[in-house]
Amino acid sequence: MTQAETPQPSLASGHEGSINDIFRQYIARLKGGEMGAVPAVLAALTLALIFNFASPFFFTNINFTNLFVQSAELTMLAVALVFVILLAEIDLSAGVTAGVAMAVFIQLVRTWNVNWILALLAGFAVGTLIGLLIGFMVAKIGVPSFVVTLAFFLGFQGMQLVLLGEGGVYRVEVPQILAIMNNNMPLWAGWAMLIIFAGLAALVAIYDRSRRSSVGLVNKPFSIVIFKLVATLLVGGFAISIMNQNRSQGVIPIKGVPIVVPITISILMIATFILDRTRFGRHLYAVGGNPEAARRAGIKVVRIRIYAFVICAFLAVVSGVFHASRIGSVDGSAGHTIVLSGVAAAVVGGVSLFGGRGRLAHAAIGAVVISMIDNGLGLLSMPSGINFLVQGGVLLLAATVDALARTRGGVVRRN
Amino acid sequence: MAEVPVVELSGVVKSFGPVDVLRGIEFAAYSGEVMALVGDNGAGKSTLIKGLSGVQPYDGGVVKYAGEEITLDSPQAAAHYGIEVVYQDLALCENLDIVQNMFLGKEELKQGTLNEPEMEKQATKALQALSVKTIKSIRQKVSSLSGGQRQTVAIARSVLREAKCVILDEPTAALGVAQTEQVLNLVRRLADQGVAVVIISHNLGDVFKVADRISVMYLGQMVAALKAKETTYDEVVAYITGTKVPGGEN
Repeated sequence: MTQAETPQPSLASGHEGSINDIFRQYIARLKGGEMGAVPAVLAALTLALIFNFASPFFFTNINFTNLFVQSAELTMLAVALVFVILLAEIDLSAGVTAGVAMAVFIQLVRTWNVNWILALLAGFAVGTLIGLLIGFMVAKIGVPSFVVTLAFFLGFQGMQLVLLGEGGVYRVEVPQILAIMNNNMPLWAGWAMLIIFAGLAALVAIYDRSRRSSVGLVNKPFSIVIFKLVATLLVGGFAISIMNQNRSQGVIPIKGVPIVVPITISILMIATFILDRTRFGRHLYAVGGNPEAARRAGIKVVRIRIYAFVICAFLAVVSGVFHASRIGSVDGSAGHTIVLSGVAAAVVGGVSLFGGRGRLAHAAIGAVVISMIDNGLGLLSMPSGINFLVQGGVLLLAATVDALARTRGGVVRRN
Repeated sequence: MAEVPVVELSGVVKSFGPVDVLRGIEFAAYSGEVMALVGDNGAGKSTLIKGLSGVQPYDGGVVKYAGEEITLDSPQAAAHYGIEVVYQDLALCENLDIVQNMFLGKEELKQGTLNEPEMEKQATKALQALSVKTIKSIRQKVSSLSGGQRQTVAIARSVLREAKCVILDEPTAALGVAQTEQVLNLVRRLADQGVAVVIISHNLGDVFKVADRISVMYLGQMVAALKAKETTYDEVVAYITGTKVPGGEN
């Protein structure tokens, strides 16, 4: 075959063109089934509208802040579950793992008078060990994760009772733990938090751009960075200004951003960093997408799977700490029902149960949606039966959207 | 022969229990040439390839790389010598984009984090080196690519890894006419870059279009090593079906 000197074909990278072009590409991706967080955001906005009309309390300062605090546990659990759902696995025992870890914590503090930090570390160690065990059973032995974690789900409910005694309820008397969900930051700290997080995001974006241009690649228009920064400041500023207003109905004013908010955002950022910017994160997505391809590419699939379960269990314990902090006690029933809401949150946030697709931040939005249903229906004094029915319906809807998006993504956008 | 083959096998044997699948294979792949490996189902082509890729080491015989004897006992060993296999099912992650797939398992890092700009640049270069025109954006997800485009990505991945010997397992089996043409052109350009290309195919039309040499396997033996220009379609078929054997006709 003779080969004439052909001009080098140009290859786009998705960074070319004006804002219009990039917006069009985004719309094309949406149509192609990569909907990302859009359904979850739409659901959240719709729910907010409905509940706002249905209940005068929904958009009060106190309920707005409560919603954030209530959703923190679920957000953390959803984030935990994303790590295993990305592998098309499931961890039904995430909630009870947290329950067992907190039972260990409270017994160490109360019965053995162990320093609360050491006891907390012990709780996390227990959670990590459980994750390791589940990961080993799934990845090394090959038992389906559904079965392994269902077994642990049942077994650990018993373990909680053994550790705490039948009907045992222990109050958390560690002020630092209680503070997480119940205390607020000073007003200035809320604004400082916003500036730090938004500034960090902007700096990362600018750093990425400089790295791209240093090897001679094109960048998206800079106005996109500005747009994102302004949007973050506006949305964040709105939320903080509400939380900084007095929401007390009594004499002593309650205002400020709850301490749990910066903790949750920090963990979200770190976990997102791990998934998006480290080799481990990339390999996690690869194993979730096509384990055989990952194996042939030299990725240690077993190890990735075990790590995913360990991270899931660890973050589940964080969720457990939040729960204990909010209700102020540890009992034998902690974490029994929340896990399915966590799965629902992840799926509503567009994390695919088929593995390999989904983002942490979207799962967090999904958690807000599920929390809104809980919160809104609670305000309307609906019977809890209705609450379960609605949540089940939302999960079914989200899973259906996931399945449809998956089949669509395979056929459209062929150039 | 003056030129030293990139990969050379002699007296290679492999058996599964009582079944001798490879019975003393002689085989060589030369830099800058396309070597077609043909043979009927069960002739032992796949076993031969699995040995070269290190997935299923040979039981005996000598493997030489650039004239030196080596041991291929693991995929890592094969990768170390620059032997890359592009499998029929391609082994791409559909949920990842082209760049991510091309660097899978060998990601470039900078300060411990993924060096995306560098990877994007190198991936672009590798695709351009193969004069790939069918792909629009290298940040496209593989799920949105056609069969031929996927094959292109898989082949470009071996270029990126600076493979010395690329083995393609039925690269055109699932493709239409136009895409087959594209992939065959790609195979040719790969060889032109100095890579020793081994292509397994059942389609003799494709083989004659692209190959410099043709090796024919029959029941675990290498029955012919022919130059494509000096042989005919009928001769190759005769070797494949066993109606012609080395040293005379039956």
